Amino acid sequence: MSTESTSKDSRSREKAPAGERVADWADGRLGIYSLAKANMRKIFPDHWSFMLGEICLYSFIIIILTGVYLTLFFHPSMNEVEYHGSYVPLQGQLMSEAFNSTMHISFDVRGGLLIRQIHHWAALIFLAGMFVHMMRVFFTGAFRKPREVNWLFGFLLFVLGMFTGFTGYSLPDDLLSGTGVRFMEGAVLSVPIVGTYLSFFLFGGEFPGGDFVARFYSIHVLLLPGIMLGLVVGHLILVFYHKHTQFAGPGRTNKNVVGMPLLPVYMAKAGGFFFLVFGVIAAISAIASINPIWAMGPYRPDQVSTGAQPDWYMGFSEGLIRVMPGWEINFWGHTLVLGVFIPLVIFPLVLVAIAVYPFIESWVTGDKREHHILDRPRNVPTRTAFGVAWITWYMVLLIGGGNDLWATHFHLSINAITWFVRIAFFVAPVIAFIITKRICLGLQRRDKDKVLHGRESGIIKRLPHGEFIEVHEPLSQDALHTLTAHEQYKPAEIGPTVDENGVERKVKGSEKLRAKLSEAYYGEESQIPKPTVEEYKEITSGHGHH
Amino acid sequence: MAALVVLLLALACTGGLYTLFAPTDKAKADETAQSLAIDEGKKLYAVGCASCHGTGGQGTTDGPSLVGVGAAAVDFQVGTGRMPAQQPGAQVPKKKVIYTQAEIDQLAAYIASLGAGPNVPTDAQYGPEGADIAKGGELFRTNCAQCHNFTGKGGALTHGKFAPDLEGVSPKHIYEAMQTGPQNMPSFPDTTLSEQNKKDIIAYLDAVNGDDTESPGGLELGGLGPVSEGLFAWIFGLGALIAVAVWVAARTAKAKKS
Repeated sequence: MSTESTSKDSRSREKAPAGERVADWADGRLGIYSLAKANMRKIFPDHWSFMLGEICLYSFIIIILTGVYLTLFFHPSMNEVEYHGSYVPLQGQLMSEAFNSTMHISFDVRGGLLIRQIHHWAALIFLAGMFVHMMRVFFTGAFRKPREVNWLFGFLLFVLGMFTGFTGYSLPDDLLSGTGVRFMEGAVLSVPIVGTYLSFFLFGGEFPGGDFVARFYSIHVLLLPGIMLGLVVGHLILVFYHKHTQFAGPGRTNKNVVGMPLLPVYMAKAGGFFFLVFGVIAAISAIASINPIWAMGPYRPDQVSTGAQPDWYMGFSEGLIRVMPGWEINFWGHTLVLGVFIPLVIFPLVLVAIAVYPFIESWVTGDKREHHILDRPRNVPTRTAFGVAWITWYMVLLIGGGNDLWATHFHLSINAITWFVRIAFFVAPVIAFIITKRICLGLQRRDKDKVLHGRESGIIKRLPHGEFIEVHEPLSQDALHTLTAHEQYKPAEIGPTVDENGVERKVKGSEKLRAKLSEAYYGEESQIPKPTVEEYKEITSGHGHH
Repeated sequence: MAALVVLLLALACTGGLYTLFAPTDKAKADETAQSLAIDEGKKLYAVGCASCHGTGGQGTTDGPSLVGVGAAAVDFQVGTGRMPAQQPGAQVPKKKVIYTQAEIDQLAAYIASLGAGPNVPTDAQYGPEGADIAKGGELFRTNCAQCHNFTGKGGALTHGKFAPDLEGVSPKHIYEAMQTGPQNMPSFPDTTLSEQNKKDIIAYLDAVNGDDTESPGGLELGGLGPVSEGLFAWIFGLGALIAVAVWVAARTAKAKKS
């Protein structure tokens, strides 16, 4: 034994192993040792919902990889050609080179259709993943200081993802996406005064012209993904810099992170998870068809099909336009198409409503401290109710966007659905808000009950005098801590309206509003006081209670 | 139902007896056959159709006039089970066919005798020989897709009406529907869509929405476009990935128990 180890030592003194020498070489030039030392043991907390962002990151990488493959065969040109590929029902049809090359990718390039489907399914899943990830961050309050900027980065990624998706599915120049581009052109045209100029600028003349595929191509493969890549890197750097948030629990404070080190645990987990994500998306792409352009045919402005919807992430804009009454105003020979222009204005507002929320909350609550412990959604009823109301609003618009399929599949009148959406657009978020808040308060009461009286064990006991009681098991110290770890705030007051000299100061409208909103957040109506130590002691020290 | 069957049998018997004893010497053979079919059709009509369409096919508030709709309209409506209608509503859906083809022909002969209209097409008119599928696709996207979807999967119309899915509809009935424009569908007479055009469209539908149609990309998801794709991506795509995430997170590194 000893001889063996000494011989090893002497050998290493003579010449370091190849790996070490390479690392030394790199460290001398890149300083990787200090970087690695600082970051390799970085701790990340463990929870499945913290992996939603990973799903987004990996599907983004998959989209880039498959997208590169597709660019090798796609011709972003609107020159007209006659189809002579292997799909019989389109033989001899005139189409743009963009459509022709997409047909070529789908039927005549090895693995082309699978790659196309992976690219498209991954895009739908990327956006869906971002949506759920965003909601996870929202409902747990992970957007609070110091993470507001990262929230905005994430929001921008979602919006840019929407437009990258839109420009992407428009590229094949098929009848479905062409209808979508026409829809967009209509929205641009509805802008007062400059609409027509914008449209002519965008399409290089009258719609559809011969330019838009090439222009969308540059936007789709260069401009938007470039910005997104930068934002993704920034997003990740900030996650590293801020450290990851964690749920409350024993030993977890606002100043530490309890979890596993990046190396080796998270490297193995995250690396493995990448392949799992790739595997699931590849399997779905092998099983289910997406955007079958051969069935839709090439775009021609004189043709249109029913069931022409955008991909799901643009569906709420479709809903806005479908349920909007066709109002228009004519004056001095000009037409203001409110039926299209109003939806165009509401479209960004729907998104902005959720994006600005963190700033509104921090203004209302006046909370400027850092938060690294996540909230349980029930403990912040007003925020949770707002989030559910927003999701309800979004879903109502999605129903509007698919009103024809709701009509055919549930045997309803499309007019009735449209009216339902028009009313629900205003009413449903309010109802959702009220119901969610009630549920949150109910759950808070349940938590309080659990802390004070323990868990219902389901065991029924008969006392000597004949009374039946259910035995409650006291919770463990860990569970008690977790259920009572959250802070409860008092509503912000307006403050003294009379200064030290007895002079009345003017209370600003914004101050009054803020006090009212703060009351809505932390007033008696909005939180159940958590059990105090005295309450707990009194109840647990007594005898004969159950 | 039993009463209807008895009634039909009784009518058939009386009709049969009538044909046996009726004087046939006045007219020639085919004319006789034709007029017999008309007579039979008239009786069937009086039982199954007259309550809504009027005793002479003149129409009532419950059903339109059938004068001039032609044999093709009868063959389509009764042959797909749409007529006799089960109940009034936004649209009369297709259901089980309750008349035999012979009875449908008799009804058609009677309605055709009320006024000239399109005839039932022959196999040569709607058969696949000499059809141009690609041309049919172009015509379908120009004339039909706005209600029936890209490949004829159907779509919604106003107030609960709908354009039905065209899968499994026989070529003859598709031809007749184009010719006569049943219910909410506009009609496409030969002056609008020539015989050859109709043949092309039927061949296209058979290629993209028939029994032997292959879906190169895998499951078709109803052929309904992005709505069903979005649902699939959310439920099976993201659903599976979240399940995998929960699975991975549940398998965390632990200190070895000794």
